[in-house]
Amino acid sequence: MAASPLVRREARRFHLFALPWSIGFVFFTGGPIVVSLVLSFTRYELLSSPQWVGLDNYAQLLRDPDFWMATKNTVYFGAASAAAGVVYSLAAALLLNIKVRGQAIFRTIIYMPSVISGIATALLWIHVLHPDYGLVNYLIGLVGIQGPGWLTDASWAIPGLVIMTTWTTGNAMIIFLAGLQGVPASLYEAAHIDGAGWWSRFRHVTVPMMSPVIFFNLVVGFIGSLQAYQLILFMTDGGPANSTLVLGLYVYRYAFKYFEMGYASTIAWALFFLVIVFTVIQFALARRWVHYEVK
Amino acid sequence: MAIKVLPAQARPVEKRSVAPAQAERIRRVQRLTAYALLVLASAASLLPLLWMLTTALKPAGAVLEFPPRFLPDVFTWSNFPDAWTSLPFSTFLVNSVVVTTLSIVGNLISCILPAYAFARLRSRVRGMAFALMLGTMMIPAQVVIVPRFLLFSQLDLVDTFWPLFLPNFFGTALYIFLLRQFFTTIPQELVEAARIDGAGELRILWRIMIPLSKPAIATVTLLSFVGAWGEYIDPLIYLRSTENYTIPLGISLFRGQYADDYNLMMAVSILALVPVIVVFLAAQKYFIRGIMLTGMAGR
Repeated sequence: MAASPLVRREARRFHLFALPWSIGFVFFTGGPIVVSLVLSFTRYELLSSPQWVGLDNYAQLLRDPDFWMATKNTVYFGAASAAAGVVYSLAAALLLNIKVRGQAIFRTIIYMPSVISGIATALLWIHVLHPDYGLVNYLIGLVGIQGPGWLTDASWAIPGLVIMTTWTTGNAMIIFLAGLQGVPASLYEAAHIDGAGWWSRFRHVTVPMMSPVIFFNLVVGFIGSLQAYQLILFMTDGGPANSTLVLGLYVYRYAFKYFEMGYASTIAWALFFLVIVFTVIQFALARRWVHYEVK
Repeated sequence: MAIKVLPAQARPVEKRSVAPAQAERIRRVQRLTAYALLVLASAASLLPLLWMLTTALKPAGAVLEFPPRFLPDVFTWSNFPDAWTSLPFSTFLVNSVVVTTLSIVGNLISCILPAYAFARLRSRVRGMAFALMLGTMMIPAQVVIVPRFLLFSQLDLVDTFWPLFLPNFFGTALYIFLLRQFFTTIPQELVEAARIDGAGELRILWRIMIPLSKPAIATVTLLSFVGAWGEYIDPLIYLRSTENYTIPLGISLFRGQYADDYNLMMAVSILALVPVIVVFLAAQKYFIRGIMLTGMAGR
């Protein structure tokens, strides 16, 4: 098994060039993952050293009503946000794929919110969703309907957040657009000759041909929105009445408000578990509807 | 193949035997519908931003007017300097620029080198290391947030910029992946030819790979810029003194102090967004290319 000097030299260079990532893996990703798993079995309140408590934290988790509330909210927000995002971005991509003049400008405008999304636009949305002085209820009011208390009414807070996340689904739209441009025009022509209208062309050509891309965006979008909490922390901090308390935010609360690092880690692993479960479910369901073209 | 003699455009019309005038009318209706829907979608994207601008220009009394009006009677441009100076936003700006610049530089160095290793240098552990790296992309950030905090507390780096940019000097999996994908498309013959001429790996990287990968490097620079500029959680966890705050934290502080002054809040938001909007408009093709590259991961 003696490798030649040349092979060994190349391997040494590999290690040298990969070194930034290797160090980062030990200290900032891989190492912390192991530490976090260990911490999830401890009680650790920063002032004293961690204390091994076995499965106590996990048992506490199962009895914690706020945890179940947060899990329910996470799934609700994650599913609604991913579904609304995929529907809106696919519709937008279909429009942007039509050959009309000025498409580049439309694409820039529709894509921009997703790039600039952050704390500044979250502040904007707090105002846009304001029940009395906001844009959304102003527009709804124009047709004579009294809009709800987005972000202030417990049953409307998550829908309010979903409106905002749908506004920022430009990345999925770009991926759809790339996918649409890969659907062979001959398929549409064939469908057209058979007398298919736009709906049945969409239903029987676009959807099956695009199903791997739809699946990709759905999985990525769902994984992302199950973990999202940065803007929620800023906008509602989980309120009103814990109606927007999601698991990511619950981790943050226990870690950096109550400084219970052990329990915070347990919640983080519960979130990871939830992400895996839903991803596995999606892959299982995919067999029924995702169509991979045999090449 | 000889059967396909009719031009594709002509066939549907013949098959459905629609008169040319009527077909033309159908096409016009379709085009108008497309335009109407595109304008509607653009309005959905732009209206909140326009609302932000007109609100930022309203005088103090006009913000809490019911029913709200889109345009103010007078444009109060002084809201911008007033909002900016009501908190030390110039300090926050300097802090954000420092952290963002260091993050971008760190990401470029620490992602290009490993990406080259994963693309072009062979080792028995390469496959395993690459799989590990992709694996870390799937772990929620919440899992590593506590151990990282403990690490930086141990190092006594809380309330400094270090925790905000240091991890970026040790590789970001997504960017390494993007660059590696791009590097593998560069012809191996170029690399071999340079090796025969006696060029070392660094020289090959600097003279061949980097110049030929400008789009991918631009993409990573931009994604890194947007990520660092907008980062809220890390500064919130690590920064304590106001003079160390970055712009997102400044916005959060501002919101706490001027809760009903939506005109000033919108003015601050606009000022914070200007750099991102400018960079986006100047370099949107790189953003789009980067997103398409990440999309390829799923195919």
